[in-house]
This record gives sequence, structure tokens and C-alpha cells, in this order.
Amino acid sequence: MINKVVNGPDEALCDIFDNATLMLGGFGLCGIPENSIAAILKKGTKGLTCISNNAGVDDFGIGLLLKTRQVKKMISSYVGENAEFERQLLSGELEVELIPQGTLAERVRAGGAGIPAFFTPAGVGTEVAAGKEVREFDGKQYLLESWLRADFSIVKAWKGDTAGNLIYKGTARNFNPMMAAAGKITIAEVEELVPVGELDPNNIHTPGIYVQRIFQGKNYEKRIEQRTVSK
Amino acid sequence: MLDKTGIAKRIAKEVKDGMYINLGIGIPTLVANYIPSNLNVVLQSENGLLGIGPFPKESEVDPDLINAGKQTITMMPGSALFSSAESFAMIRGGHVDLTILGAMEVSETGDIANWKVPGKMVKGMGGAMDLVASAKHIIVAMQHCSKEGSSKLLKTCSLPITGIKCVKKIVSDMAVLDILPQGGFKLLERAPGVSVEQIKNATEGTLIIEGDIPEMHL
Repeated sequence: MINKVVNGPDEALCDIFDNATLMLGGFGLCGIPENSIAAILKKGTKGLTCISNNAGVDDFGIGLLLKTRQVKKMISSYVGENAEFERQLLSGELEVELIPQGTLAERVRAGGAGIPAFFTPAGVGTEVAAGKEVREFDGKQYLLESWLRADFSIVKAWKGDTAGNLIYKGTARNFNPMMAAAGKITIAEVEELVPVGELDPNNIHTPGIYVQRIFQGKNYEKRIEQRTVSK
Repeated sequence: MLDKTGIAKRIAKEVKDGMYINLGIGIPTLVANYIPSNLNVVLQSENGLLGIGPFPKESEVDPDLINAGKQTITMMPGSALFSSAESFAMIRGGHVDLTILGAMEVSETGDIANWKVPGKMVKGMGGAMDLVASAKHIIVAMQHCSKEGSSKLLKTCSLPITGIKCVKKIVSDMAVLDILPQGGFKLLERAPGVSVEQIKNATEGTLIIEGDIPEMHL
């Protein structure tokens, strides 16, 4: 098997460059690549376009990269819960493209699957439809949406093997599998890196073909945004 | 007039055995608390789960298990996990039977506005546009009027819209109404203590009243 293992986030992100387009997995703070975000912060790469469902919070996730002004543009479906984001957006320092969540997921999936465009009903008749082709199929209108691809896709998995096969846990899967397929270079950080043969092939979520680099992550904080408990 | 709990209780009566349901954030999330326990329904969380369970006990909290509102949750026996692409494939594909969500405005033709207020920080539409564009049945939970007293059930929406011709039913703090295929709000039930006259005054869009309008049972 091809060995994809690198030493850590610094090596994994060694060739990330200014003005690169990144995809970052996660929904809220669930399933985000914490170690890689810390490494980009340390490296100081600037002018980034980040494709991620959300933009983190003020002091965690992509919010860390916003604070240091490393992000030029966010492509997301929902960006609430972030005061610094709001400040930069209103002052014009940050560009934002908002995309319906299902359209975002499918555009990323299409990017990885080699499908340049597709029709979806989401956004018909709204400002999302501005400038887009509308076509009718079986009496209903649909919008033409195009694929998304990235210079680097950065994903977080629960378990991975040295060949890059990945298994996610719970709802931390979210955007990670589609993003893994849509990056020219895909970097996976995992909570548990195991030798090939230890993961059951029946249970692989992301086959290793999509992953170029994998490393054992550490010190996961897994911050919870809305800790809600029952008595 | 109904409070938020009252709206949630009334919407819960629309839930039928065997339904797959997506609940939006806010009042719709409360609906889960009032679904009769003899009904077998499955709640879908658009971030990748079918079979949302109750909120966890402190000892069961798992940061890798959240709902679309980013709250910690649990799973049910028989739950299934999947990616965001799969989640919206089941939404777009019409496999979810019922979507319940909040709204700032609804028009008499079923247009809904619930994602953006000009002049205010735009947080994004999240999954709302996908949900309203594809759901087989949409029930909206909303306040009938703004705090200033102006109607939110309009001839046409004034705010940027989330989807067109999609809302089928509204449960407000004042009434239950259907939106007819040809347009218009058909009044079905009054909230306890609310008169037809009050509902008329609170509805800017075309209100259709046929016969006696019963008070709702909660």
C-alpha cells in the first residue's frame, strides 16, 4: 500500500501558499481540522479563500484565521456566531459568498466527482438565482450550479490508516468526505492513525485514493458550541 | 394568543405515524417535545443524522454528536449517520415527509422569507433554501405580527425571500391557516381567546373565512 503518512501538520501544510483556495471540513466546530488550522495560523499564509460550511467562532476554528486577517474570502452557508467576522465583513476587509447548504455540499461533491455543473431547486426565485441559468424539468424550475474544487482540502477523521483510508465519527462526518475528494492535495488529520489492515474495508467512509497526506493529530479540544443536556 | 410552547404543541398535532421530519431551529425544535409517544417518527438533522434522540445526560455529552443548531444530542436505536451531501440528497430527493421551520414573513402564495433582513448582519441561509425548495409538506411556525403590530402574513413578502410557493400551512400565535393552491390564507382555527375579527385585522394578505372557525384544541 502507498504510505501517505507525514510527521504532523507543519509537514502536511509545508507547501500551502498565499492566495490558495482551501476547503475545510466541519459543521460548526464539529469535525474541524484543529491541528491544521493551528499550523496555518503559525505559518501565517495570507489571502486565503476558505470554503467551509461555517466560519468558526471568535477564538476557535476558522475564527482564529480571521482574527489574523489570513482569510480574504469565505464561501459558506452560515456564518453567525462570530463578532470579528461581522466587523471585517461590514468594513469590507472580508469577502463572503453565501451558498445554500445543500448546494454547497453538492458543489463540493460535484468537484470531487468530475461533474462541472448540475441543476438544483434551492434558491429558485431568490437572490441566489441572480445571473444563473434557470431551466424547467417536469414542470418545476431549477438553477444551474457549478462545481467547487480547491488547491488544498483539509479534513478531520476519527480513524485513518497509513494508506489514507478514513472513518469519521458521529456528525463529525458532515462535509469532510466530499471535501476529501475535491482537493488537488487532500490532507487528513486523524485522532487515531493505524497500520493498513486494521480498518474494516466494509466501513471505510473515504477511500485512501482521495488522500495525499495523513497525520496523527493531537490535543483535540473538540469545543462544544451549544452544550445542551437533559436532567 | 399562543406562546412558543403553544405553537409547538399545536404543530405536534400535525405529525403522523411513520413520518421522517426535519425540524428547524427555534420553535420547530420544541415540537419534538410534544410528539405523542405512540407515534413512530424519525427526526432528520441536516448535518448528517436520521434518528435524533433526547439531549444527553451530562455524562453522555459527545462533541462529535450535534444537531443543526449545534446543540449536543443523542441517537436513537436505529439511527443512521451520513455526510452533508447525502443529507441534502434525501432532502432534495423528496424523502423527508415534513419540514417545520420558522419565518419572518409568508405571502398568500406561499413564498417564505426567513434568512435576511436588509441593514442587519447577514448570517446566511444555512439549509433553509434547500429545505423549502424540496419538502413535500412545509409547516411554518411564526408570530402573526411583528412587535410593532404589523402583519407578517402578507400579499407579497417585503424581505428577501428564501423560497417561492412552498408553504402549505401556518401555525401562528393567533391561528392555524392553510395556504390554498390558488393563493390566499384559509383560516382553519383560532388560538384560545382570539377572535376572527382580531385575525382579520392582523392579516394583510387575502384571508379566506368559511363558516364558523373553531378554537384550536391543544
